[in-house]
Amino acid sequence: MRVGVFICHCGNNIAGTVDVAKVAEETRKLPGVVYATTYMYTCSEPGQEEIKKAIKNENLDRVVVSACSPRMHELTFRRTVEKAGLNRYFFEMANIREHVSWIGENKELNTNKAIEAVRMAVEKVKQNKPLYSSSFKINKRVLVIGGGVAGMQAALDCADGGLEVLLVEKSPSVGGMMARLDKTFPTIDCSICILGPKMVDVAQHDKIKLYAYSEIDEIKGYVGNYQIKIRKKATYVDWTKCTGCGTCMEKCPSKNSYDHFNFGVAPTRAINIPFPQAIPKKAKIDPDYCRQFVKGKCGVCAKVCPTKAIDYEMQDEVITEEVGAIIVSTGYSLIDIERLPEYGGGRYPDVITGIQYERILNASGPTSGHIVRPSDHVEPKTVVFVACAGSRDKSIGIPYCSNFCCMYIAKQAILTKDHVPDSQSYVFYMDIRSPGKGYDEFTRRAQEEYGVKYIRGRVSRIYPKGNKMIVKGADTLLGTQVEVEADLVVLGTAVISNSDAGHMAEKLHISYDTFGFYVESHPKLRPVETNTSGVFLAGACQGPKDIPASVCQGSAAASKVQALFSKDMLESDPAVAKVNINACVGCLKCVKTCPFQAIKEKELRDGRVVADVIETVCAGCGVCTSTCPCGAIQLQHFTDNQLLAEVNAICLT
Amino acid sequence: MSDVAARELRIVGFLCNWCSYGGADTAGVSRFKQPTDLRIIRVPCSGRVDPLFIVKALLNGADGVLVSGCHPRDCHYTDGNFYARRRLEMLKRLLPFLGIDERRFHYTWISASEGGKWQQTVTDFTKRVHELGPLHAKKEATP
Repeated sequence: MRVGVFICHCGNNIAGTVDVAKVAEETRKLPGVVYATTYMYTCSEPGQEEIKKAIKNENLDRVVVSACSPRMHELTFRRTVEKAGLNRYFFEMANIREHVSWIGENKELNTNKAIEAVRMAVEKVKQNKPLYSSSFKINKRVLVIGGGVAGMQAALDCADGGLEVLLVEKSPSVGGMMARLDKTFPTIDCSICILGPKMVDVAQHDKIKLYAYSEIDEIKGYVGNYQIKIRKKATYVDWTKCTGCGTCMEKCPSKNSYDHFNFGVAPTRAINIPFPQAIPKKAKIDPDYCRQFVKGKCGVCAKVCPTKAIDYEMQDEVITEEVGAIIVSTGYSLIDIERLPEYGGGRYPDVITGIQYERILNASGPTSGHIVRPSDHVEPKTVVFVACAGSRDKSIGIPYCSNFCCMYIAKQAILTKDHVPDSQSYVFYMDIRSPGKGYDEFTRRAQEEYGVKYIRGRVSRIYPKGNKMIVKGADTLLGTQVEVEADLVVLGTAVISNSDAGHMAEKLHISYDTFGFYVESHPKLRPVETNTSGVFLAGACQGPKDIPASVCQGSAAASKVQALFSKDMLESDPAVAKVNINACVGCLKCVKTCPFQAIKEKELRDGRVVADVIETVCAGCGVCTSTCPCGAIQLQHFTDNQLLAEVNAICLT
Repeated sequence: MSDVAARELRIVGFLCNWCSYGGADTAGVSRFKQPTDLRIIRVPCSGRVDPLFIVKALLNGADGVLVSGCHPRDCHYTDGNFYARRRLEMLKRLLPFLGIDERRFHYTWISASEGGKWQQTVTDFTKRVHELGPLHAKKEATP
């Protein structure tokens, strides 16, 4: 066996706190190692050439690269050794950057740790066997979860590229948060005017199948072959018959339903179409408010419906679909105002959230675009905006910036002046964050052209006095306390993940961070991929982001799916479980424990029953290997011998 | 080397590739300083960790073993970590019968984003093992 070891300086990242020359020197003493060298940047092109050259010149049959995390560059170097004629599994990485040089302060101890990490990798690579992937067919359909602007962009891009798309949206219409916005910054474009045509495209595209008011029940399978259970929730209206005429909504006697679309700015009817541009434009009944459901009698909508579409007996329907890739674009939520007691916690009707104000500003909103206070429907003359209402506040567990509030507050302040020319707006802010094209100019315009008064400081309390709201805060630039008598207060409430984000992640087997935002494969270089191959991210489900960023990610995710589907067959990962039929006693414990039902029993010609792995279904977790009482089923590349070789490399020296 | 060996104990870590190994990477990227005693073995899933590995490590020279996987219900392989939890909990209770203090073995769940939690876990566990001292007599005489 001829092992070659390449120890990377990674500039100063490793060599700064690890004596790489000494690591190489100690490595040369290891049995089996015939070549060990250091290199400045092993992952660079000349660095990889160096490996290829050494494989040829030194006749190496195993390679260890001691550098960064294998999660970073394992694939890079596997390809390198493969190009030099070795099987890609005759390669191991020792992580001496993330796990050694970056976390240890003592050079001597770091060097010692690096030497041991290399020794472990050498012992492991000596146990490695060549593995060969097989290929399997893929289903070239895409599932897009969430029909906001990111999801719609992803769906349209995939569909325009010829892929069949399933778009699942949990609310009754696509459009997401953007459909609720009045205008968009920094161009003051009408939001629904630019989104509406996209929504229509989604509805009319012959490659897109829209499941509105539906949720994902279950996801099974793996990249290229997913089985999805979609729950079409009962709308109590037969959408094949509903024409969206709106007669039912006019006649419905239950007038106090919570309006989810308008964030409760005004009540709606129990049977409703969320907004005029809704796609699909179909009615749905909210059974929490409908008299037929609450009191057991009413039936007005059924009587007035011209197409007899009302069906009070409707049940949820579960549909099974098969796809090959999934784009997750489930969006975000906003922090509940009740979590902000210093701002009234929802007790004062004239303290509202930014998204509610957006609905008030909107011509198709509950006030038809006239700015009025919710309490007495009077036009406000003094409006106070509070930025960072919940954001950047460790005390309520939201240390991050919500990304777009600074910008929409500037926009809303400008629009307020447009609607009510004799009004005065104040903005309490911590910092103005406007790092986009034309963004900073926009916030300046708000101040310079529209006379919006920006006060740098936080608001400590909001309380009512007569028919005014008193906003108490600090002006940290002047070093004084400020008190503003406001007619209306708008809170730039923090962006949070959806309450069911964790459950969705568990269904998808993707990771999420402590705040419930989904984690991408690499923060810089793989921003739309997840660690589960075949699952991609788009939009604010990955972190707060504005419309252009969400659209970018939607298109990026679509292009990743296109690239994945550009081949007819995918290569399987050969690191799967394998049964040694001579050692298998047929207890079939592995069959029971396998999380993927990838093991079946098989009868041999002599009548003996053994376990048999379905290679394409096996995901390579190795639960079976730890379960097997006789070591007969071994997860390739992580066999008992390979892992024990590593254990012994640490312990027995 | 003898000087180094005197200051460090041997701690073996089994980390699942998807969550905890990533968490340890995140800690590294964030430059969260940690004690250097731990040696990490990457496994696909905490469910791949055979309790026998841990016993072998402890009997063969390790002073402590740490296993870390994805949070329950967030396993990359659906429920590998549930199998791990059951096995490891059982092992914890068995260790005293082998004459090994169960505090030398610890298992935990750390996600790929929890670099800070990883730093804390490594620091605390290393400290605990140091308090317990070496499990094995030092082989000073061997040349």
